[in-house]
Amino acid sequence: MTTKPFLEVKNLNVAFPTEDGVVQASNDISFTVARGETLAVVGESGSGKSVTSLAVMGLHNRKRTNISGQAFLNLDSGPVDVISADEEVVRKLRGKAMSMIFQDPMSALHPYYSIGNQLIEAWSLYNEGDKQAGKKRAIEMLDLVGIPDAAKRVDEYPHQFSGGMRQRVMIAMALINNPSLLIADEPTTALDVTVQSQILQLMRDMQKEFNMALILITHDLGVVAEVADRVNVMYAGKIVESGSAEDIYYRPDHPYSIGLLNSIPKIGELDSKRLIAIPGQPPSLISLPQGCSFRARCSFADRVPNNLCATAAPALDNKSSEHFSRCHLSEAELVKARKEIGGN
Amino acid sequence: MLKYLIRRVSATILVLTLVSMSVFLIFAVLPMDPAALTCGKACSPAVIEGNRHRLGLDVPVQVQYGRFVKGLFVGRDYGDGAAAFHCPAPAFGYSFNRHECVTQLVGEAFPVTLSLAIGAFILWISVGVGLGILAARKKNEWQDRLATAFVLVGTSLPTFISGILILIFVALKFGLVNPIEMGRWVSPYDDPVGWFKTFIFPWITLALLYAATYTRFTRSNVIETSSEDYIRTARAKGLSEQDILRKHTLRAALAPIITLAGLDFAGLLGGAIITEGIFNLPGLGRLSIRAVLRDYDLPTILATTILAASFVVIANLLVDIAYAYLDPRVRVG
Repeated sequence: MTTKPFLEVKNLNVAFPTEDGVVQASNDISFTVARGETLAVVGESGSGKSVTSLAVMGLHNRKRTNISGQAFLNLDSGPVDVISADEEVVRKLRGKAMSMIFQDPMSALHPYYSIGNQLIEAWSLYNEGDKQAGKKRAIEMLDLVGIPDAAKRVDEYPHQFSGGMRQRVMIAMALINNPSLLIADEPTTALDVTVQSQILQLMRDMQKEFNMALILITHDLGVVAEVADRVNVMYAGKIVESGSAEDIYYRPDHPYSIGLLNSIPKIGELDSKRLIAIPGQPPSLISLPQGCSFRARCSFADRVPNNLCATAAPALDNKSSEHFSRCHLSEAELVKARKEIGGN
Repeated sequence: MLKYLIRRVSATILVLTLVSMSVFLIFAVLPMDPAALTCGKACSPAVIEGNRHRLGLDVPVQVQYGRFVKGLFVGRDYGDGAAAFHCPAPAFGYSFNRHECVTQLVGEAFPVTLSLAIGAFILWISVGVGLGILAARKKNEWQDRLATAFVLVGTSLPTFISGILILIFVALKFGLVNPIEMGRWVSPYDDPVGWFKTFIFPWITLALLYAATYTRFTRSNVIETSSEDYIRTARAKGLSEQDILRKHTLRAALAPIITLAGLDFAGLLGGAIITEGIFNLPGLGRLSIRAVLRDYDLPTILATTILAASFVVIANLLVDIAYAYLDPRVRVG
């Protein structure tokens, strides 16, 4: 691709000062997403997936958050760094240049306003025109995301919709102003499995329709395999591995990624084995251990010479041109490791 | 919606009937003989019996209740011959101490209480809700701490302290009210300035207490609503902070306050006994307290009790209807 990617995040740090100390929730995050591309961000709870995207959206309270680094949106009118830009400038990008949908559609819509009212509100922020024009557009969008009988249901209230339908409404609302970037924060986690795949399919269709950059935050690796072009694996606030979906699935280069892949149950295996879980808990983000943050849970740390894992934090190294990981293990040891824990 | 209304209105009528019955029954079993109270200490049994008959107290209690209900709708006649008199509908009874129909007494006292309640209500809603929103927006800043101090003072000072303090150290000290004129009802239509001067200190006294409670309630409601997911959604849409507050946060945060406000207002309509007492206002509160403490005037007590209960029950109905209008989940469900 010759044009610049739509979103370029460079060395982003997000920290929350608390009474117990500073929580370093996102640590030196860099990545890019282009229009038409899907980036999946995976990692367990508290690994900094949501915090990073909320920073891009400018949804952190600046008074109570320390944010440093840059996040450029390459708009037609030129790049804007949403981290350093004026709050009012960022607000006017929200809903227009970038949109976000959230995990729990049951609570993400205002219970007192009709669906139509909430969609029209989003539309009228960036469009001239009366309520009728807005309503027409709202019905159009509801139709597009697959709400049956949209012209009638536009006047109904959130509690009259099921969870899956509400998430469709959220998608319609996020896309009503044709944004270039959509961040979906675990959009299917609160939904049941059959609805999950419908919503994922819908998001893929919408991405094509609007030629959007899509960031999909999830901890479901099945979802990742289905839709992602590229994957960032996050652990304890850092990106520990980044690569194409194929790289992550077939050539995982970080013991954490290998562990994650092994904790997925495989349907159809004749001899059903117990799932291999990653032992232990992620470290506290207030006082990260010296060296590699995954060290305490890593079964291969002793194979690195000179006790390097305990003393030096691994840098995000190139494994190939598009594949990076933070691990001190040598390539030969990694190949061995993949085999050992029953990976591919 | 119509079905809901019919159901609620019939429930309200049922509750009012039960309330009036219980009040009636309580007075029927009290160890006081209303007929004996109609004349002085040295009263001949013949006079008492005569009065008992004239007041309709010589029949069983259920018959008395029947006559009472009938009187509410068509008015009521007491006594016979030359001593006969008529109380027009709605007749709550006849006060044998004041020698007037109770409805007449209530009718004179009610405008006073209504003025007191409306003014205090406007004052405490604007101060309480306004301060509560401010405190929530400026959480942990000096505005919030000031509001917290106000809440602390307001809720810890009972009206019988704050009222007397205001009366002595503000109203009387600076000659802002004429203590002789205060006991008289001044209609806002005849003398708006006099009306305002009569009521401003009672308003402040009452509002101080309520405003403190409302500040605290509004503050916590706004803070709680601000962390709802749908507020984050509104922000993600690109709405300005003012629009988020105005259209999204307050709509959800203030709905429960309407319930509270309706009931508090109705409670006040039954009479603010202490405040009316301190400022010598001839309202329902003073009417009932006199009837209870000084005159043992049972018909008046009966009337003010039933009236106060009706205000609360009717306010409950109105608040529920308003809430159904505000919250679509209630409307359909």
